[in-house]
Amino acid sequence: METQKTWKKKPRIKNVFLRYGLLVLILAYLIIAGSEINIDPARIAKGWSRMGSLFSGFFHPDFSSRGKYIVIGVFESLTMTILSSLLSTFLSIPIALGSSRNLVPKWVYLICRTLLMLIRSFHAVVMGIIFVIMFGYGPFAGVITLMLNSIGFIGKLLAEDIENISSEQIEAIKATGANWFQVVAYGVWPQISTRFIGLSIYRADISFRQSTVIGIVGAGGIGTVLNTAMNRYDYNTAGAILLVIIVLVLVTEYISSNVRRRIV
Amino acid sequence: MIEIRDLKKKYPSGQEALKGVNLEVHNNEVIALIGPSGAGKSTLIRCINRLVEPTSGQVLIDGKDITSLNTSELRKQRKKIGMIFQEYALVDRLTVMENVLSGRLGYTGFWKSLFRKFPSEDISKAYALLERVGLSDYVDSRADQLSGGQRQRVGIARALMQDPTLLLVDEPTASLDPKTSRQVMRLIIELVQEHKLACIINIHDVILAKQFAQRIIGLQAGQVVYEGKSDDLDTNVLTKIYGEEDWNVKKKDSNSDDSEEDDAQDIFSLGEK
Ligand SMILES: Nc1ncnc2c1ncn2[C@@H]1O[C@H](COP(=O)(O)OP(=O)(O)OP(=O)(O)O)[C@@H](O)[C@H]1O
Ligand SMILES: [Mg+2]
Repeated sequence: METQKTWKKKPRIKNVFLRYGLLVLILAYLIIAGSEINIDPARIAKGWSRMGSLFSGFFHPDFSSRGKYIVIGVFESLTMTILSSLLSTFLSIPIALGSSRNLVPKWVYLICRTLLMLIRSFHAVVMGIIFVIMFGYGPFAGVITLMLNSIGFIGKLLAEDIENISSEQIEAIKATGANWFQVVAYGVWPQISTRFIGLSIYRADISFRQSTVIGIVGAGGIGTVLNTAMNRYDYNTAGAILLVIIVLVLVTEYISSNVRRRIV
Repeated sequence: MIEIRDLKKKYPSGQEALKGVNLEVHNNEVIALIGPSGAGKSTLIRCINRLVEPTSGQVLIDGKDITSLNTSELRKQRKKIGMIFQEYALVDRLTVMENVLSGRLGYTGFWKSLFRKFPSEDISKAYALLERVGLSDYVDSRADQLSGGQRQRVGIARALMQDPTLLLVDEPTASLDPKTSRQVMRLIIELVQEHKLACIINIHDVILAKQFAQRIIGLQAGQVVYEGKSDDLDTNVLTKIYGEEDWNVKKKDSNSDDSEEDDAQDIFSLGEK
């Protein structure tokens, strides 16, 4: 018998019409969708000139005329970050445990997962707007926004980790007659603790960056100061604020990655 | 005394792992559970402390039916049942001492255990047990830094910390080399005798089973197909439990072909002269 000499990987979509039909459809969609976006050259040209004044503001940053507000804004952002991180660190543990199929009864799992899904379906900015409407302008709305966002983030990732831990170690602890909390403390926590600490620090770092953005919708912090400056076309102060934000983001990222590397 | 009555287990996948098992284990008795892979040995052992929920039937320990207990009663009962696992099932990130002390969780409150504030009797008991299993030098090592044999010793110490009356042992030697296997088995049996425990060992190595257990239970496809004293375990019984197989071990270096029978030994006489 002749042995076969050629081999081809089987295509994922067997039907030829379907396979190429899909490609054509996708291309057609891209063309139509692209033509829907009105590109206005005049507006772009105007934007370029504004971009120019923004950049010139960047290169001539003005730290002094609104310096007091910048300092207050930075401290507010930092406070918001630290407070929301601490709160979310504590609150994300129970929700992560509740969202782990291997630890809780099905109804608890479903409730916690739904909660997580709800939290995660809102972007920080959307949530910021909602809480500013609910609680008024200021850092309180910001803290709540950042906290919920962090809980969604840490809770989801941690739950996924908990569902993947060794079930034998949990069974062994259960077999000693330990209660549920002891099973968590001895069987679950040791398996996820480093990951949890790493996640929390990483998340605090993200929170700081987000705190600058949600300020723009009025939820306090340096973002609010930036927004005010922009609205007044005070690009020199805006440039100064952007520089401060860049430096602070770099510093927090450096610290966070260093701490995480040391722990893991 | 443990009495198992008409115990059945059907997994959600539809697999009938136990099809009505009846079994008695007396105090101070070591029984070995043998049988082919998938026979239901692990399932049977796990039904006794309800790590696996039986579908029907009863497990009576000193007359009390385990299968009807609520969760807090079950926890109380589990305190008295030590378990030793094939893959040791130590909590890797905890120290040897913490792993051993975790055997006392059923006797300790949550906050005390969280902050590792165990009563001093427990601590001295843990030291004594670690000494007994030969791990005094590893008290503060992390469990994942130990060798397989050492880990299994920690597992043994943890089980005995519980002050059990019954020891469930699921293939304690399957991941160990032949010499370590023997040492671990001997250690388990010695401790079982010292503490006067009932013990169910689920084991693939029939030679070890014969050597260390008093009674052998053969399980096949979820049913008990053999029960007898370990002295009666021979190749006929093996055939009954595992199915037809040539149980003889031929000597490789036989250079003469005069008598085949002389060179062939069954596996139980291996190494005996
Ligand atoms: N968690 C489970 N879910 C579904 N089926 C299972 C589960 N655990 C075991 N089984 C099935 O039940 C049967 C008995 O399994 P069990 O692990 O008790 O056998 P065993 O005798 O311990 O085998 P081995 O000697 O290989 O450890 C097998 O057919 C197995 O596929
Ligand atoms: Mg098994």
